[in-house]
Amino acid sequence: MSEAGNGTTDNGRRQFLIGIGVVAGGTAAGLALRPWLVGAADVGRPPADFQPHAFVRIRSDDTVTVIIGKSEMGQGVYGSLPMILAEELDVDPTKVQVEIAGVDPAFNHPFLPAQFTGGSMSVMTTYDALRRVGAQARAALLAAAADQWNAELITLTTDNGVVRDSRGRSLRYGALVDAANRLSLPDPTAITLKDPSTFKYIGQPQRRLDSPIKVTGSATFGIDVMRPGMLTAVIARPPAFGARLRGFDATAAKAVVGVVEVKAVPSGVAVIAQHTYAALRGRDALVIDWDTSGSKQLSSEGLRQEWRALAKRPGLVGKNVGDVATAFRSATRSIEVEYELPYLAHACMEPLNAVAEVTAEGCELWLGTQSQSQDARFVAEALGIALSEVRINTLFLGGGFGRRASAVSDFAVDAALVAQGVGKPVKVMWTREDDMRGGYYRPLSFNRVKAAVGADGMPVAIHHVTVSKPVLANTAMGKMAVTKEGLDPSTIEGSADMPYAIPNLRVEVHNTREAVPILWWRSVGHSITGFVTNSVVDELATLAGRDPYEYRRELLKEKPRHLAVLERAASAANWGMTLSAGHFHGIALQESFGSIVAQVAEVSVFNGKARVHRVTCAVDCGLAVSPSQVVAQMESGILYGLSAALDGEINIEDGRVVEGNFDGYRVLRLVDSPAIDVHIVTSGGPIGGIGEPGTPPIAPAVCNAIFAATGQRIRRLPISKSLSA
Amino acid sequence: MISLNINGVQREVEADADMPLLWALRDILQLTGTKYGCGIAQCGACTVHLDGQPIRSCSIPLSAAVGGRITTIEGVANGDELHPVQQAWIELDVVQCGYCQSGQIMSAVALLEKNTNPNDADIDMAMNGNICRCGTYPRIRAAIKRAAEIKRGGKSA
Ligand code: FES
Ligand code: FES
Repeated sequence: MSEAGNGTTDNGRRQFLIGIGVVAGGTAAGLALRPWLVGAADVGRPPADFQPHAFVRIRSDDTVTVIIGKSEMGQGVYGSLPMILAEELDVDPTKVQVEIAGVDPAFNHPFLPAQFTGGSMSVMTTYDALRRVGAQARAALLAAAADQWNAELITLTTDNGVVRDSRGRSLRYGALVDAANRLSLPDPTAITLKDPSTFKYIGQPQRRLDSPIKVTGSATFGIDVMRPGMLTAVIARPPAFGARLRGFDATAAKAVVGVVEVKAVPSGVAVIAQHTYAALRGRDALVIDWDTSGSKQLSSEGLRQEWRALAKRPGLVGKNVGDVATAFRSATRSIEVEYELPYLAHACMEPLNAVAEVTAEGCELWLGTQSQSQDARFVAEALGIALSEVRINTLFLGGGFGRRASAVSDFAVDAALVAQGVGKPVKVMWTREDDMRGGYYRPLSFNRVKAAVGADGMPVAIHHVTVSKPVLANTAMGKMAVTKEGLDPSTIEGSADMPYAIPNLRVEVHNTREAVPILWWRSVGHSITGFVTNSVVDELATLAGRDPYEYRRELLKEKPRHLAVLERAASAANWGMTLSAGHFHGIALQESFGSIVAQVAEVSVFNGKARVHRVTCAVDCGLAVSPSQVVAQMESGILYGLSAALDGEINIEDGRVVEGNFDGYRVLRLVDSPAIDVHIVTSGGPIGGIGEPGTPPIAPAVCNAIFAATGQRIRRLPISKSLSA
Repeated sequence: MISLNINGVQREVEADADMPLLWALRDILQLTGTKYGCGIAQCGACTVHLDGQPIRSCSIPLSAAVGGRITTIEGVANGDELHPVQQAWIELDVVQCGYCQSGQIMSAVALLEKNTNPNDADIDMAMNGNICRCGTYPRIRAAIKRAAEIKRGGKSA
C-alpha cells in the first residue's frame, strides 16, 4: 500500500454512509441514522472537502469521515480503525463518520495484491498507515492555520478538532478545509507520530460505533439490498459433490405464480422470481435429473478409515527437530493415539447471498464479502468482461469466519451468471440448506501421534502425522505459500511451531484430495493443531503424574510472554483451588495470528453431557488498540470454538452432506453458553490479531477438563459424539 | 390483497395467503430488519411479535397473521426514543455482526413485557430459540438484566 500516497477513491462511487454517533439518554436523536443509500443517486464530493488520502475526508462543516476498506463482519473494524486515525488527527473517534470503501488499490492488504479482510490482520496491517494519514491531515491543518494567522507552526496545537495558538485564537478543522487544500501536503514520512504514552483514545475502552443501526434493524446486510426492479433467485444446486446436471423440466416451476425465468447456470438450475417465496416454490416444482454416479463412494466415514491407514505411513516432513526414533527408544513411557476432527460448516448467521446487475457497461455487485478484489476478478472472468467493468459494493456481513473469503468467489460468480441476460438486478439467495450443503468446510483431520516422556516425566519426543486436505493449497494463496514438495503451512501451523519445549519433534503430513470443498475456518489450521497438541501435552502430564498447568509452565519456562499468559489465565481462574462440587478445570494455550491466548475451562459432566460453566481467558495481543473489541473477540472466538467442540460436525454420505440446517447441525445456544472472563496481558509485544486467536484453545481446554472430571480422554470431536454416557 | 397491521399501520400485501410472513415483510414490504436464518423455526432471526407474542415469522403463513397486530424491529422504538432493550444493547456493546440481533431484541422485548425482573432461568427459556453465531450470549444475558433495570426506571448510561 502506498502508505500515505495520494490514493483517492472513485469520485462517482455510490457512497454508503453509516451515520454513527453515541446515543445519549436512550434517544435516537443525533444518531444520524441515515438509511443506507442503496439505490440513491451518486453522492459526489463537494469541492469544499479536504481529502488528503483515500482514508479520510474533512468537510467544512467539521464532519470527519474515515473510509474503511476492511469488511465489517462483527469484529469491530468500523470502531477500531477510525479510532487509530482519529487519535493522530486529534478528533473524537465516536464523532467520526464511517464510510465503506469501494474497491480500490488504496485499500489493498499490504501483503497481498488484493482488498481482503482475514487472517486477523486488520488492525496490525493498517495501524501505521492510519496513524500516518491522521497525522498528515493534522499537520496539513496546522500548516493551514499557521498560514492564516501568519504564526509560527511551533506555537500551534490541536485540541479535539480545533487548532489553537498561544494567543488564544482558534479555528475549527472545518474552517481550514479550503486553506489546507491550497497548500501542498506535508511529507507523511517526515511527520512525528504521537508518543503512545500520550494516546487519548487508543488503548481506551470505546463502545462499538455500529450498535445504533444494528439494534434498530436499519443496518443493511447483503441480503437486505433492494435495487429497482430487482428479482430474486434460488439455485437448485447439485445434491452431491461432483454431481452433474443431465437435464431438467421447468414446466411446473414456470407455472408457479411469480416465477419469471428458469435457467441452467454452472452451479445448477436457477429459478428467478418476483420474490424469495416464489423462487423457493418454483425450485420445489423443478424436476431435475442429476448424475450422482461419480460421488457414490464418497463418505466421511470411508475417508476416516482410509486415513487411519494412511496415517501409519510416512508423509511429507513438515518439521524435524532432533531424532524422534532414538528418543522413543530411550523413553520411559509413551502413548500412541489418534485424534480426529470433523468437517465443519462456518454457518454464518446470514446465509450466503449476493445481488448482481449485468448491463452493457458491466457488472455491479452488492454483497457482504471479505474478498473484494478476488470476487471482482472471478466475476470478470466468468462474464468475459474487463476487470474495470466490475463494480463491487460491500455491505455489512452477517458473519464471515472465512466463508465470505471464498477461494472461488462462489456466491459472487453465481449471482453474476444468474443476472447475466436477465436485464434486471437479481438477488441470489442461498437457503440455510444451500449454504450448509454447499461445501467449503474446515477440513476433516485425522492425526496419529506418538509421544513419550523420560525418567523425569518431561516430554522427550512427539511424532505427529496429520492427514487432511490442505487449505491454502486450495486457494489463490497456495502459489505463494505451499512448498514445491506440497507442504501447506496451514496444515502444520501450531503443531510444527508449538510453543511447548519438545526436544525431539517430527511433524508429517499427508495431503488428501477428496471432492469435498474445504476452506479456511476461523483460525484455519490452529483450531485443529491446537486441539491435538494441547490434548497430547495433557496426556503427557498425566503420564508423568503431574498437574497439567504446572507441567505447561515447565514447558514454557523459556518463553516469558507465553508463561505470563498461562499464569494469568490460571491465577484468574483460581487454578488448583476447590471448585463447586463436580466442577473441574482444564487448560490450554495456543499462539496464533501473532497473539497468545490461554484458557481455563470449568466443566462438569452429568449423564454423558458436558457443561461448560465458565471460561477464563488471558490474551497477549501486543498492543490492545481497542480493548473492548479484544474482549468481545475473545468471547466470540471462544463461543464459536465451543459450539464446534461440543456439537459441530458435517458428515458426508454417498457424496451428500447429511446436515442441512440448525436441527441437524447443532450450534451453541444461550442456555449452554458459559460465563467468560477475559484478561488482557500487556507485554509491549507487536500488535497481534484478535478475530481468530480466541478459538483454538477452547476445545482442548474443555476436553482436558472432561478428562479431569471423568478420566475419559476425548480424542475425537465433537464431544457430544465421543463422551460416554 | 391481504391486509396486515404492521407497527400500527395497515399495509396491503399482494401475495398468497400461504406465504410465510417473513417473506412478505422482507421482500414485499421492504421491512428488512427482520432476518432470514433458517426458515424452519430453529434460529429466531425472523422473530416478530404477533399480538405481543414472539413468533417465528418464517413459519407463520400470512393467513395466520391477518387480523393480528404485528410488531417488527422497526416498530420497537418509540419514535426517537429507543426501547430499553435497545438502549441496554448499546450500553453493553452486545452486537457483533448484528445479523441475529433483531430477533434477539424482539425475544427480549417480549420477555420483559411479561416479566419485569427475569432471572437466568427465565432468560434461558425466553432466549433459547435465538441463535447467535458471533457469541454474544453472555452480553445478551447481561443486557436483558440491564434493560429490565432501565425499564424499571434506572437511567441508561
Ligand atoms: S428464520 Fe425463522 S427461525 Fe430461523
Ligand atoms: S451478532 Fe452475529 S450472529 Fe449474533
